[in-house]
Amino acid sequence: MRFDSPAEQNVSDRMKVLGQPLRRIDGPLKTTGMAPYAYERHGVAKDQLVGYPLGSAIAKGRIVSMDINEAQASPGVVGIVTTLEMERLPKVDWNVAYLFGGRDIQHYHQAIAVVVANSFEEARAAAALIRVEYEEDQDAMYDLAAVRQERLSDDVEPIDDIGDFESAYASAEVTLDATYTTPGQCHAQMEPHATIAQWDGDHLTLWTSNQMIEWSRQALATTFDLPAENFRLDSPYIGGGFGVKLFLRADAVMAALAARKVGRAVKLALPRPMSANNTTHRGLTIQRIRIGATQEGKITAIGHDNATNTLPGGDGENGARATRRFYAGENRLLINRALEIHLPESNAMRAPGETAGLMALEIAMDEMAEKLGMDPVEFRIINDTQVDPSHPERQFSERHFIECLQRGAEVFNWASRNKAPGSRREGAWLIGHGVAGAYRDAPAETSGARVSVRPDGSIRVETDMTDIGTGSYTIIAQTAAEMMGVSLEVVNVDLGDSRHPVSAGSGGQWGAASSTAGVYAACLALRKKIAERLAVDPEALEFSEGYVRYNDQQTALSELASAGSITAEDSIEFGDFRSEEYQLATFGAHFVEVAVHATTGEIRVLRMLAVCDAGRILNPMTARSQVIGAMTMGVGAALMESLAVDTRHGFFVNHDLAGYEVPVHADIPEQQVIFLEGEDPYSTPLKAKGVGELGICGVSAAVANAVYNATGARVRDYPITLDKFLDRLPEIA
Amino acid sequence: MRAFSYERAGSPQEAAAAAAAQEGAQFIAGGTNLLDLMKLEIETPSHLIDVNGLGLDTIEATAEGGLRIGALVRNTDLAADQRVRRDYGVLSRALVAGASGQLRNKATTGGNLLQRTRCPYFYDTNMSCNKREPGSGCAAQGGYSRQLAVIGGSEACIATHPSDMAIAMRVLDAVVETVNAEGDTRAIPLADFHLLPGDTPHIETVLAPDEFITAVVLPRPLGGQHFYHKVRDRASYAFALVSVAAVIQPDGSGRIALGGVAPKPWRNEAAEAAMPNGARAVISRLLEGATPTEDNEFKVTLAERTLAAVLAEARG
Ligand SMILES: Cc1cc2nc3c(=O)[nH]c(=O)nc-3n(C[C@H](O)[C@H](O)[C@H](O)COP(=O)(O)OP(=O)(O)OC[C@H]3O[C@@H](n4cnc5c(N)ncnc54)[C@H](O)[C@@H]3O)c2cc1C
Ligand code: SF4
Repeated sequence: MRFDSPAEQNVSDRMKVLGQPLRRIDGPLKTTGMAPYAYERHGVAKDQLVGYPLGSAIAKGRIVSMDINEAQASPGVVGIVTTLEMERLPKVDWNVAYLFGGRDIQHYHQAIAVVVANSFEEARAAAALIRVEYEEDQDAMYDLAAVRQERLSDDVEPIDDIGDFESAYASAEVTLDATYTTPGQCHAQMEPHATIAQWDGDHLTLWTSNQMIEWSRQALATTFDLPAENFRLDSPYIGGGFGVKLFLRADAVMAALAARKVGRAVKLALPRPMSANNTTHRGLTIQRIRIGATQEGKITAIGHDNATNTLPGGDGENGARATRRFYAGENRLLINRALEIHLPESNAMRAPGETAGLMALEIAMDEMAEKLGMDPVEFRIINDTQVDPSHPERQFSERHFIECLQRGAEVFNWASRNKAPGSRREGAWLIGHGVAGAYRDAPAETSGARVSVRPDGSIRVETDMTDIGTGSYTIIAQTAAEMMGVSLEVVNVDLGDSRHPVSAGSGGQWGAASSTAGVYAACLALRKKIAERLAVDPEALEFSEGYVRYNDQQTALSELASAGSITAEDSIEFGDFRSEEYQLATFGAHFVEVAVHATTGEIRVLRMLAVCDAGRILNPMTARSQVIGAMTMGVGAALMESLAVDTRHGFFVNHDLAGYEVPVHADIPEQQVIFLEGEDPYSTPLKAKGVGELGICGVSAAVANAVYNATGARVRDYPITLDKFLDRLPEIA
Repeated sequence: MRAFSYERAGSPQEAAAAAAAQEGAQFIAGGTNLLDLMKLEIETPSHLIDVNGLGLDTIEATAEGGLRIGALVRNTDLAADQRVRRDYGVLSRALVAGASGQLRNKATTGGNLLQRTRCPYFYDTNMSCNKREPGSGCAAQGGYSRQLAVIGGSEACIATHPSDMAIAMRVLDAVVETVNAEGDTRAIPLADFHLLPGDTPHIETVLAPDEFITAVVLPRPLGGQHFYHKVRDRASYAFALVSVAAVIQPDGSGRIALGGVAPKPWRNEAAEAAMPNGARAVISRLLEGATPTEDNEFKVTLAERTLAAVLAEARG
């Protein structure tokens, strides 16, 4: 079905099951350990062997030789695949770094061999016995700041060059010119990349952990030069992804190569210390922001010049992205410099571009408000826009950013905030308050599903959509229950299998909106099929309580399907009106209170509030979980998360979870989330948008602004660790 | 992990004898540090001697009015002991500031003293590290050194000792008791137990290879107010940037040791004389001659400020 015009009143508006705060249906399986994750699927393939990878010890250069004799002779070893046995394997465009094959090394911990043995311990021990001789390139560049400095005068095609930024900025009454930096960040998802691979002739099955089943099936076809139909992926449970499992990765490729070589099923997980450098990270950024405004606080000029690292062919972290559309301002100059740096692959991580961009922009807005002597909430309100500033002919379908700010200010009691930086003290602690805005696009992608009524009256939904811990199972079940008039308990959802219809997958915060729309389409098709059987007009049918009712008659779904399941399949496709005539996006406001130890600089977040404007909320409980998780990640980005770069050797040094710190429970206070009532008929038939990425946007800047407000010390270099402002705290006795 | 043989020792002396009998043998207690290092082949013992179950898991009063802590007493049990909480608060607080509940349930008193550094280059076997591979160089010099030592290091190594417990024990003047294969025992003041790296950063303590820790003895309680202030980038479950262990008497005198700044618990009795003159005076003596890197020079200021926070708290 095509979604060609804004949604009108439809079955999903009943909101009997949709929109309810229901617990996730896969919760019991997960909390009891019964949900099998990729590496634990012991039953799916017989006689599984274990693969263990070896990563490159250098960041750039080539392998001169590899000696595997000792490893081969090590106990339990069944086979070894090395990168020298084959040419570099082809990749699809959305992977930036190559995954396996050939002599050339593009980044540290690039996969260069896999040892297959009877046990994990044997494979690991043997992998350590492979001797590799390298030749390191001397021209490698690992230092973003240095490369940016060198290439600042490069001619870069701006993302937006509207009006005349330079003169508007030069003549503005109040101006800000500041540079902000964000470090590389690691997804640090709980479940490592893991795959079990088994070949049957030239057909391959992968039981894996992957957010985008179809993308990866296509990538496999390219990599192994076989038709896509030869590949099956199954990924029903995913222990977190945040973008690091969007693409085919080395775990799957190595498992497949190894399984082919030894002629048996092979399972492989990326060891945690290899994960940070072998996979992807959020790129580093250096962002120069210039804002010019009138005395009254109207922005007249906005410039955002972002520099980020990437391997050849990638975009890095485009910090200027959100600035395109967030605030008004007639003169705009937005630039993204994706600089070639030979660190590992920078690629998508939760709200790519917006996260790092708003970490910078929303501090800049705070600084501007201070210069203007304005309440930062007010300053943002004044500069709201109802049209896309980069294409003023396009309206935002729904934009309630001002309401987010106002509602948040009221609930948070913003009026009683500390108004003079560094002036509120409670015992040993300085207290501060911060606010920041949130912006994230609301894309939707084609998404399909198959829905059946089964003889027992239950409903089964099949789609290759994934649940990366987000709640997809639950909202899909809710959609089907709503559409087919049954209770949630009788809906059975099967996800993540490439044999099912192709869905939008989980990424870019399009998953919830798109996949539920696909299920909606499939349910309409099923309703139509049932109508045909009953020879009645589908419009005349009412589905409720497990019955189909029409013309004073009613038939139980189980009766209809008594002779066999009735199945229908469809897919939703989104018309151009959605992107051409309108800009669809989600908005939010974050309010944070922190305490900073006046003597030691230790930071404790005391209160957090997010107000979100994201269309219809399909399940307030799972949506809230998304947002509080994202707020937690935002606190991490603000206060501690940073991949430390060794600019001599070209790698991330703190590549395990002891070195790369993410928030622990003790770092996170009570978090409050408010969703504005609303629906966006321009988005999908269900009038829904995503929230999972919106939740992280802006959080870190709200924390940063609160730390500034507490201490009077502005830090523009994330994460805001105490060493960066210790010398600006009150003198000690 | 390399293959190894395994035995359970029957007594402390037997454990020591077993260690003497085989080159490359190591004791295993809680295993929370050793096993991690074995998985990465940073430690490659050929033989493990399991010392759990030797009956060294009790805390006894000594004739001198102190406590003798068996080497196998778990960190959780030590921190929770009523006598420790009452008379040696600094130790109890240091213990609970370390690792996580699950780790402390396994970690032992002896193992904690002997845990190895958390220098990230020590952990990455592709990098040169004199501690891991003597003579290979030190990748941390000129590299990412935010967590590393500001004092007591050498050209060869600037790693810190990561233990929180040891910092408190240093303030308390604890004594380590050992036995060797011959059954000889000795008592080593904690001050002398850990070695500075010099040219041999792989040699970290004065223990002989076959020397087994049986207990740690705490002298009579000191009285006073006890503090352990550990500063880190997150609120829990992280190693110290800087920690201050302090026992402060009503007259303003006291003892202090620093963690997170040096290859061993850092204390200097002479610096403590400056206690009444405030934090800056104490730290300038205690960290005199510090040679921080650009990444970690903040630790000097942080030590000063953390001690200032402790002193302010002591004043109430
Ligand atoms: C994730 C993580 C976080 C941590 N955070 C902290 C922290 O914040 N602060 C902190 O202080 N610590 C921390 N630790 C370290 C923890 O305290 C140590 O791992 C633990 O104390 C070691 O004790 P164990 O009994 O497990 O030692 P083991 O691992 O069993 O042994 C360690 C070493 O001691 C030797 N050994 C053990 N017992 C004896 C004995 N009786 N005589 C002679 N030799 C012996 C062993 O041969 C081995 O070389 C952390 C550890 C982890 C894994
Ligand atoms: S500081 Fe010490 S532990 Fe770290 S790399 Fe250098 S020698 Fe190794």
